[in-house]
Amino acid sequence: MSTEMQTRNGHTASSKRPWSRDRIEILVLTWLRWITIALILVVTLFPFYYMFILSVRPISGLLQDPGALWITAAEFSVDTYTAILRSPSEGGQGFLIFMRNSAVVALGTVFVTLLLSIPGSYAISRLQFFGRNKISGLFLAVYLFPSILLAIPLFVFFTRIGLRGELFGLLLVYVAQVVPVSIYMLRNYFETIPMSLEEAAAIDGASRLTIMRRISLPLAMPAIISNALYIFMIAWNEFLFALLFLVESRENWTVSLGLSQLAGSIEIPTTVLMAGSVVLTLPIIIIFFAAERLLTEGLTAGAEKG
Amino acid sequence: MNSRKPREAPVPGAAPVPRGDRKMSPMAKAEQRAGLSLITPTLIIVVVMIVVPILWTIMLAFQQIRLLNLRTAGILGNYSLSNFAEVFSSPGFLEALIITLVYSVAGTGLAILFGLIAALALRKPFRGRTLVRAATLIPYVAPIVAVTFVWTTMLNPQFGIINHWGTEYLGWDRAVPFLSERQREVSFLGLTFTVPTALLTVIAFEAWRSFPFAFLFLTARLQAVPASLDEAARVDGATPTQRFRYILLPQLLPTIAVLSVLRFIWTFNSFDDIYLLTGGGAGTEVVAVRVYNFLTARGDIGAASAQALVLALILAVFVGVYLKFFAKKEEVS
Repeated sequence: MSTEMQTRNGHTASSKRPWSRDRIEILVLTWLRWITIALILVVTLFPFYYMFILSVRPISGLLQDPGALWITAAEFSVDTYTAILRSPSEGGQGFLIFMRNSAVVALGTVFVTLLLSIPGSYAISRLQFFGRNKISGLFLAVYLFPSILLAIPLFVFFTRIGLRGELFGLLLVYVAQVVPVSIYMLRNYFETIPMSLEEAAAIDGASRLTIMRRISLPLAMPAIISNALYIFMIAWNEFLFALLFLVESRENWTVSLGLSQLAGSIEIPTTVLMAGSVVLTLPIIIIFFAAERLLTEGLTAGAEKG
Repeated sequence: MNSRKPREAPVPGAAPVPRGDRKMSPMAKAEQRAGLSLITPTLIIVVVMIVVPILWTIMLAFQQIRLLNLRTAGILGNYSLSNFAEVFSSPGFLEALIITLVYSVAGTGLAILFGLIAALALRKPFRGRTLVRAATLIPYVAPIVAVTFVWTTMLNPQFGIINHWGTEYLGWDRAVPFLSERQREVSFLGLTFTVPTALLTVIAFEAWRSFPFAFLFLTARLQAVPASLDEAARVDGATPTQRFRYILLPQLLPTIAVLSVLRFIWTFNSFDDIYLLTGGGAGTEVVAVRVYNFLTARGDIGAASAQALVLALILAVFVGVYLKFFAKKEEVS
């Protein structure tokens, strides 16, 4: 397209010659662009395709032909999934229980965080109060600080008060870690909502609480939902604190922790563990594609803690 | 990254009195109270779960505390610098610090480079671009445990697909133990290099994992570049590479700077990736993994805290630089 435009317009002396630098560059870059796009797709998607393929093959098939890129109908089986999901008493690995734990912690984190961050972000964006800017600064610093630094005292503290091994303790840590990000993202959204709406309600005699509930909250709903999904993803994916707090109590393992702990064992076939990876990844992929636009906005605004 | 504009706008119904004055109107007082009561629960949980623990780490770093004598240790323990002396005199810590630096710089640089290439390749619209863009982000959002497990399986010397292809089609003599080999000799164009195999592998993983983040930021910035600039340069006869060099790149540089600092901060203290890929073996022990090992395997809380503190101090310098130079600039743009 751009090549045509160049020759038709013929603005410069160089583009009139048949093999000018401009034309060569355009030709080369057009090709390079498509090669790059193909490469991006292969590099990003292949590991996930490989994950899926291995999860529906028997281990013997994998060992015989490690290079196979598709599954034959004869080989296809979902036994790996029953093996990974069943509880240990039925001879499985108990991933169904891990999924329940992960879901409880992640949903609990979302709920408690929003309960704190909605009023918190409203206060920071709308109300003048003593120390407001200092509190904002503190939250930003917390967001950028390394979690390994927190790991030590929290490990010691939770060991001492006996909350280690409990899902509730983990939930508290997650909430403290994501609340600053959540407030930051929601505050940015609140600031885009025109003040005049709230002022009008105030003139009509609505109290602060009514204004929040009836005006600000419904308007901020898109941001709140994307925030909720984002927090859910962080909590579902989290690994370090789950490892530190829960490793000794298997019945409380999250899916991430379960997979990482079992990955080292020799008795469990790789294909069964791959089924576990699919089980761990699938909820995130579904959420991501369901709310891609909302989430990418959230990612650029809040930037996940990596 | 702070609020876009200073919010001086009056709040519903508030009387126009100067803020922070000793004599406050009842409305302003009510606002004070409302603001504080709305933020207090958050403040409490952040202070209890984050600020106090960080302060405690600082105290622990100066005490001789092990997991075993934890119950008897109090706040008024014996404070000394011996943890730091031990940490700095052990060769392991300095090595870990250097590995962390190499890992962060290379990982950040590659992630931004790949992110930039991807953003440029996907700049012009084409059929299915939305889907390609979404696919590009998957490595970044997928659970870390799942992706590291797939990578370790793909790189497995016995049945991993990379080694299978390498030995089958690329003429490798033997499978390469990517994640458990410290270094190897590689011949290229008649020259022989010694390369740190495992370290390069974890850097490649880091680039793969976080290039979508750079891609996202750079794409957003590219969309904001006015089309007229590009048009004008095109009319003047600038070739595509010249347009990139003199038009696009200067526009992208502030974003690249912010990205570099942010990614560097996060890669510098990242624990999950390396712990899950190599467990810190084969010359990949970064400080965060070392801290974890001191804490759990050795139960040496004092030394673990001292090392975490050194890591945090180095990081604090970077965060300070970030806040001072970039946080404000981003606001303006």
